[in-house]
Amino acid sequence: MEVNPIILKFVYAAIVVSVIMGLCSYAVLAERKISSWIQGRVGPNRTSLPLVGGIPVIGPFLTRLGIFQPIPDGLKFLFKEDVLPGHVNKFYFMMAPVISLVPALTTVVVVPFGRFVNEAGEVMPLVLANVNVGLLFLFAISSLGVYGVVLAGWSSNSKYPFLGGIRASAQMISYELAMGVSVLPILMWVNAPGKEGTLNLFDIALAQNGFWFAMWMPLSAIIFLVCLFAETNRLPFDMAESETELVSGFHTEYSSFKFGLFFVGEYAHMVIGSCVFALLFLGGWNPMPFVTLEALGMGQGIPGAVLSVGIFLGKMCAMMFFFMWIRWTLPRFRYDQVMKLGWTVLLPLSIANLILYTFIIYYLDTSL
Amino acid sequence: MTDIFFYIFSIAALAGAFGVVFSRNTVNGAMFLIGTFLSMASLFVLLEAYFLAVIQVLVYAGAVMVLFLFIIMLLDVKESAARKTSLYTWAASVIGFGILIVGVVAINSADSIREKAASLPEATGVSLKSFGYELFTTYLLPMQVTGFLLLIAMIGVIALSKKAKAD
Repeated sequence: MEVNPIILKFVYAAIVVSVIMGLCSYAVLAERKISSWIQGRVGPNRTSLPLVGGIPVIGPFLTRLGIFQPIPDGLKFLFKEDVLPGHVNKFYFMMAPVISLVPALTTVVVVPFGRFVNEAGEVMPLVLANVNVGLLFLFAISSLGVYGVVLAGWSSNSKYPFLGGIRASAQMISYELAMGVSVLPILMWVNAPGKEGTLNLFDIALAQNGFWFAMWMPLSAIIFLVCLFAETNRLPFDMAESETELVSGFHTEYSSFKFGLFFVGEYAHMVIGSCVFALLFLGGWNPMPFVTLEALGMGQGIPGAVLSVGIFLGKMCAMMFFFMWIRWTLPRFRYDQVMKLGWTVLLPLSIANLILYTFIIYYLDTSL
Repeated sequence: MTDIFFYIFSIAALAGAFGVVFSRNTVNGAMFLIGTFLSMASLFVLLEAYFLAVIQVLVYAGAVMVLFLFIIMLLDVKESAARKTSLYTWAASVIGFGILIVGVVAINSADSIREKAASLPEATGVSLKSFGYELFTTYLLPMQVTGFLLLIAMIGVIALSKKAKAD
């Protein structure tokens, strides 16, 4: 049966987006469980479904894990009263949550989440759109996400959200620079002389069959990770929210489903950020440095593809855990410290790192 | 299909540009400008100049306009009141618009330009590598001069905004 390729693309996109949304809702549960674990509490352990929760042994076990918690959490966002304050700019107030979520879900089209080796031995990416400028596309679209935060702060027309919005815009611009410069050594290494130029995330992952980039470019990895925290507005960089100073920052005036969209958007940014870090620095779907799935004899066909996706998702989950671990461990920076760190530490450091690796890569390419 | 998209995005770009000119609220103006930039990036995609499209979004929509919004909000620019347009403004706008129309018609109908355009190599599928190579060899001087101009502007801003020390 011939399926129209455009319809097929729509189906694939719907599948990927629903997987990301599912990951987001369970990331919220993971956040609550991990925070309670770190603070010596139990966390969500009461919510139960009528039939599944009644199964002996398994039902109570799942209930104690809080597996059913995301369902009432989501329903709560849908059914609570939607308050529209009288002093807001209605158009931008309604648009802002959508603007913050859409870029996060759009970037997923260029993220390869596995690979498939066909019978001829060709390696093909499992990705929605295998574009040559993948990494730049990702940076470009995710930089649009800040408009959601800025417009939410401005349209709320009250002091704390406004401060949150302004802080977010300044912070985004400051950390985007260091983030962009910190990945340049990787691109220089991947685009070695004699190769066709590429910024494709799949090619970058394939270049890590030996050393992973986090191993021989540790400074790049650290700078990128810090900037990732700042770009996803996670603690210790959540200047746009910072509850102790700004009530809850840019979304103070939001309620119900609109707040839910911001919430999901933040976690979607985190999921994509973890994916990108795993692809750029942690070897993508290679199980270990110097060990590929092919070398283990498990890379062929559909089982190999499923295995690669599983390893990739495992690395992503590890990164998500790291995000949450940091959030419940470190205190928040002061705003001036955030700016100072971005401009006087990370940016010079990333430029120095770039120059150092220019010489190292030149040496490796010419004399070895 | 491509034609339809071309018309959609051109109209969006033009509508955004008119919106920038006519909106009294500065934030509205900035949002219209972002819309124009995004539509222009889409036009680049239709021309298969993906790199340019992505750079357009990354630099203009993603960074420059965030700074614009930051400044607008920081200075808290109020909505400008409706002003009576003076006769000079009207005359200047009409003359300017007329010259623009003449220019567009002239470019579209000139045979020499058409022949040149037809003989140019296709820009589709140009790799990033050749793009960068050309930028650092053939067009090195223009690129350096542009960078230097920006540096001068930056130094100018610092000189103007720095408060003179009292003796």
